[in-house]
Amino acid sequence: MTSAAGYNFAYLDEQTKRMIRRALLKAVAIPGHQIPFGSREMPLPYGWGTGGIQVTAAVLGPDDVLKVIDQGADDTTNAVSIRRFFARTAGVATTTDTAAATLIQTRHRIPEKPLREDQILVYQVPQPEPLSRLEPSRAETRRMHALAEYGLMYVKLYEDITRFGHVAISYDYPVMVNGRHLMAPSPIPAFDNPKMHRMAALQLFGAGREKRIYAVPPYTSVVSLDFDDHPFRTTRAPQCCGLCGADSSYLDEIVADDKGGRLFVCSDTDFCEERRAAGHVGPEGVAA
Amino acid sequence: MSIDLPGFADPVLGAQACFRAVLTAMSRPGLIQRTGLDLTPPSPLAPATAAVLLTLVDAETTLLLAPSLAASAEWIEFHCGARQGDAAADFVVTDSLPDLAALESGNDECPERSTTVILQLAALGQGTAYTLAGPGLAAPTRFLAEGLPADFLARWGANHRLYPRGIDLILCAGTDLAALPRSVAASEG
Repeated sequence: MTSAAGYNFAYLDEQTKRMIRRALLKAVAIPGHQIPFGSREMPLPYGWGTGGIQVTAAVLGPDDVLKVIDQGADDTTNAVSIRRFFARTAGVATTTDTAAATLIQTRHRIPEKPLREDQILVYQVPQPEPLSRLEPSRAETRRMHALAEYGLMYVKLYEDITRFGHVAISYDYPVMVNGRHLMAPSPIPAFDNPKMHRMAALQLFGAGREKRIYAVPPYTSVVSLDFDDHPFRTTRAPQCCGLCGADSSYLDEIVADDKGGRLFVCSDTDFCEERRAAGHVGPEGVAA
Repeated sequence: MSIDLPGFADPVLGAQACFRAVLTAMSRPGLIQRTGLDLTPPSPLAPATAAVLLTLVDAETTLLLAPSLAASAEWIEFHCGARQGDAAADFVVTDSLPDLAALESGNDECPERSTTVILQLAALGQGTAYTLAGPGLAAPTRFLAEGLPADFLARWGANHRLYPRGIDLILCAGTDLAALPRSVAASEG
């Protein structure tokens, strides 16, 4: 184990880790319920994944293999800097391979490849309160959670349907966890919501600025809110991935030139690279 | 003097390894984990119980120690520095199941403000069979433990019905550890 001189293993001091660990255990015991915790200042600004980083720091051990993704990509600024942060402060091995990772910290995506029982998924959460846009008072939303009074959210979905003909929420689509707590799945696309349902891996959520931790244990029911006559449906761009040809993965739209050219590629870069290495070629791709 | 006995050989990595065991146990109810293998806690504290205390308890928490474990009080005080608690303590450490209804089970708005019971048993993985079901379990799972009272199912049922309020149990025996979060339902064998 090599870690940066002058810093504790994984940056946080032990007192802070114990506080976060106690919160995490309560979070697992009450799936979907937000637990307040004493969020610390981290060496990067709130909004850059401080909640996820603190959860990762409290969980991470020297034998872990860490993967960090930002919108599915391993090579964006946020992912690279968080991965380097833990490589330096904890000396852990890092990877971009979803299957090789034991701990995956994510910003706004769930990997395409199904996760296993021995993996932990840590989400960076900007706004942990699913009712925040409907009810600004935290005292009030806490009471609504206590009473399981989620009518306001159903009214919002109903108003969407009357106005647009469908529920117009494309990310951070509210879910009901364990049949009891309404939860914000962090701003993952609604496309990823079904992957949370009875996922084999433990899912931990950290919101640094809002100072909340919550969790979904393995094999826990996570149901996207809907109505019998307007069932929850996922949407994706109708194209296939330009590079690997995948027709069921979540796609990013990339401006390719200044003549209106567009390229649709898998948002999960590891998934795309693995497919191309296996010989799949999309319409814009070159054989690997 | 029990105070002479050491804690984790490496406090940072020892606590991390034990926490992962507790986290896995809590997220997969009834699954037995091993921890505290290198600990030599004072009698009557089991290595797993001691490891959990070193990992989770500190000066920010309150702790209620059962009289039957009083011989290890000095060691716990020295290594953890927890304040003495009452029935509303953050942690209760005991070797017989306490009256769960008398402990703090949190309130509707803050169900997390509840007591966690660290219960030291004779053995895990053998003894009376229970069937567990709930979050963390793909299907109802058998769980064996020796040392829970005969009326455990009734008492646990009353605790489980309080959900999302309730008490979480961390069970320790020797170097074995398992957990029963409040979300899990237990039935006969």
